[in-house]
Amino acid sequence: MSASNMSDPTLLRGLTQRRFGRRDALRLSGLAGLGAALAACGVQGQGTQAPPSAEPDAVAKFWNGKVKNGTLNFANWPLYMDPKRPELKKFTAKTGIKVNYQEVIQEMGPWFAKVQPQLSAGQSIGYDLMVITNSFQFTQFRDSGFLAPLDHSKLPNYAKNVAAAYKKEAFDPGNAYSIPWASGMTGIAYDENKTGKITKLADLWDNPALKGKVGMFSDIQELANFGLLKIGVDPAKSTADDWERAAGELRKQKDAGLVRNYYDQSYVEALGSGEVWATQAWSGDIFQKNISDGTNFKFIIPEEGGTIWTDNFAIPITAKNPVDAITAMDFFYETANASTLAEFISYVCPVPSAQADMRSRAAKLTGEDKDALLALANSKLVFPTAAEYAKLHYYVSFEATSEQQKFQKTFEPIVLG
Amino acid sequence: MSRVKRQIAPYLLVLPGGIWLLIFFAVPMVAMLSLSLQEGDIVSGYRFTGHWQTYTEAISAYQTQIYRSLIYGGIATVALIVLAFPVAYWIAFYGGRRKPTYLFLVLLPFFVSFVLRTISWRQILTDEGPLLHPLREAGLIGQSFHILGTPFAVIAGLVYNFLPFMVLPIYVALERIDPRVVEAARDLYANPATTFRRVIFPLALPGVFAGVLMTFVPASSDFVNSEVLGSSETTMIGQVIQAQFLDNSDYPTASALSFVLMFVLLIGVFTYARILGTEDVMKVAAR
Repeated sequence: MSASNMSDPTLLRGLTQRRFGRRDALRLSGLAGLGAALAACGVQGQGTQAPPSAEPDAVAKFWNGKVKNGTLNFANWPLYMDPKRPELKKFTAKTGIKVNYQEVIQEMGPWFAKVQPQLSAGQSIGYDLMVITNSFQFTQFRDSGFLAPLDHSKLPNYAKNVAAAYKKEAFDPGNAYSIPWASGMTGIAYDENKTGKITKLADLWDNPALKGKVGMFSDIQELANFGLLKIGVDPAKSTADDWERAAGELRKQKDAGLVRNYYDQSYVEALGSGEVWATQAWSGDIFQKNISDGTNFKFIIPEEGGTIWTDNFAIPITAKNPVDAITAMDFFYETANASTLAEFISYVCPVPSAQADMRSRAAKLTGEDKDALLALANSKLVFPTAAEYAKLHYYVSFEATSEQQKFQKTFEPIVLG
Repeated sequence: MSRVKRQIAPYLLVLPGGIWLLIFFAVPMVAMLSLSLQEGDIVSGYRFTGHWQTYTEAISAYQTQIYRSLIYGGIATVALIVLAFPVAYWIAFYGGRRKPTYLFLVLLPFFVSFVLRTISWRQILTDEGPLLHPLREAGLIGQSFHILGTPFAVIAGLVYNFLPFMVLPIYVALERIDPRVVEAARDLYANPATTFRRVIFPLALPGVFAGVLMTFVPASSDFVNSEVLGSSETTMIGQVIQAQFLDNSDYPTASALSFVLMFVLLIGVFTYARILGTEDVMKVAAR
């Protein structure tokens, strides 16, 4: 039995469920004494922690009796798939599942506010699959019981191909409710001709040459993350005291006149037009900007650390076609599909084997196409190395709404001016 | 039968507008008032508790942005009067047969979405853009001089976007002035300045009044110009309300702020109407 089979969560279900089929029994017998140990440490064999779901049989309870219906309603963010939808066409050809793909998610707050009433009432939101960021709203979705627990026995490609880093995400330990769609890093982008080399966050605080030429994010969490990393605190483990200190540090940066503005997505334009010379930035944007405009902006993860965010597949608890949804989730973890998807979105690809696939596809191309695809395959912004993953931290995770509100109130005044 | 019909006809006429107003104005207002007095969070839901403190908390947390919005709105309105009056005056008195063309030109920018127009200003005014780059190269402005992100940029954006709303009402008022009234003033040996001050301007006041209403209120609650042309230092209350509603799902605070803003603007408008003595103004206009 292979390692991936041993860690198959169906085994767990076999142990916790009263009825189990002959195949499960056979697998069990092969494991002998290991079975008990596995059950004790959750899905440990997969390198993950136990799902936080209170009910051990929640997975079985949700998935029992669910069958493939041949339809999938998929809610995603704009520009997150080639407009011709090649992957979805392939998916339909392979599985017979018709996909209704809608780019309806623009921001997490509004999206949660939009679907929350239906989910609270136990009604379908019209989507069986959605891509949601590991933001505060993710916690709200999870803690409100709005997300279906994932049956990992239906995700064999995920188990085989996902990068190890994604199996221990703080916001969803053990990927109980979500698996990544794409992920990105928040670091510093800068124009080396104007600033010289920038390696650390402190450069955005101490360098007098950058006065009025630094961009920071207006997104409270992103802004706070840099403040926290600057004072040497891991955002995911930060406390209210740390928030105060980080806010003080950010205030110092602002009062010293370094910050030109606090930007949303428009920071890319500000960097391009020379309004700022160094700015907080998202990895994929800079890559796309350099490719499409021929610029040469540098993107670094600061020495003090950067952050990683992940947009995740999740199935709303009221989904009508959850089996079709989870089939699609696993489909995107086939190396070839992950590879073409990453080629379009150029954010961090959660499937490391896609790198080799991309290189071999590039080898068959010529000229500019070849160079572009090779650049992507070799980019550390798309396929970070282990050393880079090590420098990346997760966001502050809130236990309660009151905590989130306090956090908001601590940092908001800096942005509001 | 026909008498009954005649009696109810006026009510029937007012019905569509009345229902429209009831559904799309009164109902949301009541809903928002209720929302502003609720407590809770988006996950567990909001419940009505009559929590008035939301108002005091919202005011103390965002008073800077409220003041700033009123100041920006006020400056923009004054600038609008100064800019729009000559334009309206010229079209009304010297436009001749081309008046419709000139009015159309004033309205022309409306054929492009105002968000798009504001964004194009951003392109023009940016640090390395077509305006500032040559000036900087020529050494006329310093390395760190910029327009975007300053209060000036935001107010200029407001003025630009609301200009037609000031030009049109003033034009309508001026257009209605009987030329013989102006002639009479001259016959009575009033010099042009006196004619303007004592005859034309008072007659144009209803237009100015309408223009101020149509610009000061939306300009003070605008959230696009500051978002696109401003910086964090120019945050206006409209942006705060928008963020509270859509980003933070803090509906009570957002609703409370909306009411505070409405209240402040109403007080402002009533005071203004009082000082200006609209009734006299209206009488003049009616004559």
